[in-house]
Amino acid sequence: MGISVEGANKRFGDFQALDDVSIDVPDGSLTALLGPSGSGKSTLLRAIAGLEDLDSGQVTINGEDATAKPAQKRGVGFVFQHYAAFKHMTVYDNVAFGLKIRKWKKQETSRRVHELLQLVQLDGLAGRFPSQLSGGQRQRMALARALAVEPQVLLLDEPFGALDAKVRKDLRTWLRRLHDEMHVTTIFVTHDQEEAMDVAGQLVVMNEGRVEQSGTADELYEQPATEFVMSFVGEVNRLGEHFVRPHDMSVSLDRDDGAEEAMVQRIVALGFEIRVEFVLGDGTEVWAQLTRAELQKLELREGQIVYLRPGQTKSFSGDVPPPDGDGASTPQRRDGGDDAEVSAAA
Amino acid sequence: MGANPASRWGLRVLGLGYLTMLLLIPLVMIFYKTFEDGIGPPLDAITSPDGLHALKLTLLMVVIAVPLNTIFGVVCALLLVRRKSKANPVIDAIINLPFAVSPVVIGLSLFLLYGTGGWFAFLGENGIEILFSVPGMVLASIFVSLPFVVRETVPVLQEIGTDQEMAASTLGANGWQTFWKITLPSIRWGVAYGVVLTTARVLGEFGAVTIVSGSISGQTQTLPLFVEKQYANFNSTGAYGASLVLALLALITLFAMNLLKRKEDA
Repeated sequence: MGISVEGANKRFGDFQALDDVSIDVPDGSLTALLGPSGSGKSTLLRAIAGLEDLDSGQVTINGEDATAKPAQKRGVGFVFQHYAAFKHMTVYDNVAFGLKIRKWKKQETSRRVHELLQLVQLDGLAGRFPSQLSGGQRQRMALARALAVEPQVLLLDEPFGALDAKVRKDLRTWLRRLHDEMHVTTIFVTHDQEEAMDVAGQLVVMNEGRVEQSGTADELYEQPATEFVMSFVGEVNRLGEHFVRPHDMSVSLDRDDGAEEAMVQRIVALGFEIRVEFVLGDGTEVWAQLTRAELQKLELREGQIVYLRPGQTKSFSGDVPPPDGDGASTPQRRDGGDDAEVSAAA
Repeated sequence: MGANPASRWGLRVLGLGYLTMLLLIPLVMIFYKTFEDGIGPPLDAITSPDGLHALKLTLLMVVIAVPLNTIFGVVCALLLVRRKSKANPVIDAIINLPFAVSPVVIGLSLFLLYGTGGWFAFLGENGIEILFSVPGMVLASIFVSLPFVVRETVPVLQEIGTDQEMAASTLGANGWQTFWKITLPSIRWGVAYGVVLTTARVLGEFGAVTIVSGSISGQTQTLPLFVEKQYANFNSTGAYGASLVLALLALITLFAMNLLKRKEDA
């Protein structure tokens, strides 16, 4: 049961969007497809919905081979990044669309639509047109529309991508609660690792049309199968062949066997977290994540020589090229502040 | 931009002056000339048997050519926008031909095709009259007014994208339902505008229709041909009267669309 995709391939001209992709999504789960743009995650989602034809491979939905079925017969609810609201219809008619296609009776349609509008907290706005709604309201309307036909699976393509940060956070929480209530097998696509970890129980990390790894957020973070996963799910430093998380770097003022000599280049206070950037003897740039208390204890200053000892390191067999060539810290980040830091260091 | 009031007013006067000289004054002149001797003479001209026949024939052209070109135009626009093909630029150029080629040339080409010795001359030989009769005039009208609906619909189709259509299909709608409930309502203003332009073009078509019809009074004469004949026969009042009817028909078409649109926006 649930959704499974076997050996999916899809090519757009010269671009291999999906390269022998297989995934299994358990019945009733909430799964995130996580990856950078161009990783094939949206193509995979659309292939599951029947909005994109695969060159080869098989899609199974709740035990039934859906590969040859058109979108309209797959029983999926699909939510688009840009809402795909029917602009010429009221909120009511948008939500009722699937029911009218299925020739529901007027009374039942009305009851169901109002039930759903209540669920997505749009009950007072049934007579409005999509142009009179905010982005968050439009996306909730799109969700109600998708849920109205009681789909076997719910597919969301970057559903919060076009919304501002605050609304996005609210909707995330709300989607998770909704899933707890409805238990409909749900897949959602995102490029935001924090969002994926926050909402989904299961994550599938994709890169360059392939599945890199799937598992829970903990598994991906603690036991990344590839360098890509390690750097995409969380932040990472590269020391030769070894990879280490910035919070696994221990900083010491005393010379120590096996520790690397490094110079403090920059200290950035990001609230509770302190980001300390170092340059090693061979010119490699790394950074460590310290707490405010740790920093105060060490009394670090810029230009100071310290000794770094990586805690848990990981190395991967060399078949995967590193994400960036200079061997310095990876471009993963959690907030806007880091953005400038990384580009300044590069 | 609007910082300098003098230049702003200058531009306004220039724009309005241009429109007045080139569009407004000629039309007002027609109006004035028509009723110079009272309402009697123009009314007589229009209500003469030939005049009424010309009016009917013109409306017949509209009733046949506009729906056909509307259906063709929407289907063609859908194919051009939604089905990517290497042939699309060629098809696009062919659709624009009626804009580029003079209507007289279009009329002449139809004449060559259906006239004596033409490829389709057998039709006439077997009793299906094309030239000097209504079918030929319909063909000419369709030809000259073919691009409008396509041209007005293509950009609207491109703008609405395919998300709404895909959403409809995931909600269970088949292609036909999606077209009627989603695509057509979304492009209706583009199509309506194309219909208005097509209608105006068919109402006013002169060159191509003159050649294929032979302009036989009371038989193959549309209003524009009737106007020309009256004018050539020194019946200026009749010509003005018929012109006024033509202009009014075009104005009614435009206002009808504006009214619909305003109702929609309210």
